[in-house]
Amino acid sequence: MTITQQMITVGMVVLGTALTRFLPFLIFPAGKPTPKYIQYLGKVLPSAVFGMLVIYCLKGVSIFSGTRGIPELIAILIVIALHIWKRQMLLSIAGGTICYMLLVQMVF
Amino acid sequence: MKNKIITMKKAFKSAFPHTIPIFAGFLFLGMTYGIYMNVSGFSFWYPMLMSLTIFAGSVEFVTVNMLLGAFNPLQALAMTLMINARHLFYGISMLDKYRGLGWKSIYLIFGMCDESFSINYTAEIPEEIDKGWFMFFVTLLNHFYWFMGATLGGIFGSFLHFNTEGLDFVMTAMFVVIFMEQWMKEKRHMSAMLGLGISLLCLIIFGADNFIIPAMLVILIVLILLRKEIEEEEGEERHK
Repeated sequence: MTITQQMITVGMVVLGTALTRFLPFLIFPAGKPTPKYIQYLGKVLPSAVFGMLVIYCLKGVSIFSGTRGIPELIAILIVIALHIWKRQMLLSIAGGTICYMLLVQMVF
Repeated sequence: MKNKIITMKKAFKSAFPHTIPIFAGFLFLGMTYGIYMNVSGFSFWYPMLMSLTIFAGSVEFVTVNMLLGAFNPLQALAMTLMINARHLFYGISMLDKYRGLGWKSIYLIFGMCDESFSINYTAEIPEEIDKGWFMFFVTLLNHFYWFMGATLGGIFGSFLHFNTEGLDFVMTAMFVVIFMEQWMKEKRHMSAMLGLGISLLCLIIFGADNFIIPAMLVILIVLILLRKEIEEEEGEERHK
């Protein structure tokens, strides 16, 4: 990517983020109830989107070649275990990442 | 003028303690983000300016991938809208609180990341404290922590002499944790499972480079189509 293309890409992300934050204030007039289907999506969309993002992070993993996704699987299990155990966001993230780094650098 | 300064000072003193946990979190995640950008081949200017202008953690990690891939501004916009769609719902919850504060309103809405929203939405601000300035300082401090972490990470990333291979897993770990937090908060997991399942299916069908937009559309359509079932399920759960 050229510098200009990078600036456009980042600009799009800035624009998209600002849009999601400002839009409700622009479309819903003060003091009126929010439409039902918007409330519904507000409730159910986040879980699905975070599920999608987990898959997005793993899109480059091939189960038929290389390390077959084994380090990723082990590290994710560690993240899950740590998080169930202590429920400390930073600990789970740091622990899982360090384990993954050790796995890909030393074991696989 | 003097009164105004006293009001601001009071609000700052009251707001600061609420942001201490975020200080630790943002410094750590921000630095990881800065280091991640650095080892991906970007100078510290990138995390510095991006943390300042975007100020949305998860999407900034994803932007690194976008910058490394082929130029596709529409996909960048669509992806951002989908990842940050939850902000729409924060906004809906903050309609009354963030309105009518003049120029502060603009900044509060601009800086409404997950953490600023959670504090400003839940904090019980004492009567004698100016609410507008309180929320302003919460947002400003969070913004500053994130900016500082990202910039430091970007600068010191190049001085790191240990092997950083595998550091990019931090993004996966972060989303797994956020996903789990969401999962633990809800009684029924229909939407979470749909998100995982549909995305996986689309990944298999469309391949790694093209699956995200079909996945977003299918998720949105299926959630709208299943509205009755999902709401009934939750309703039943509530009656038990």
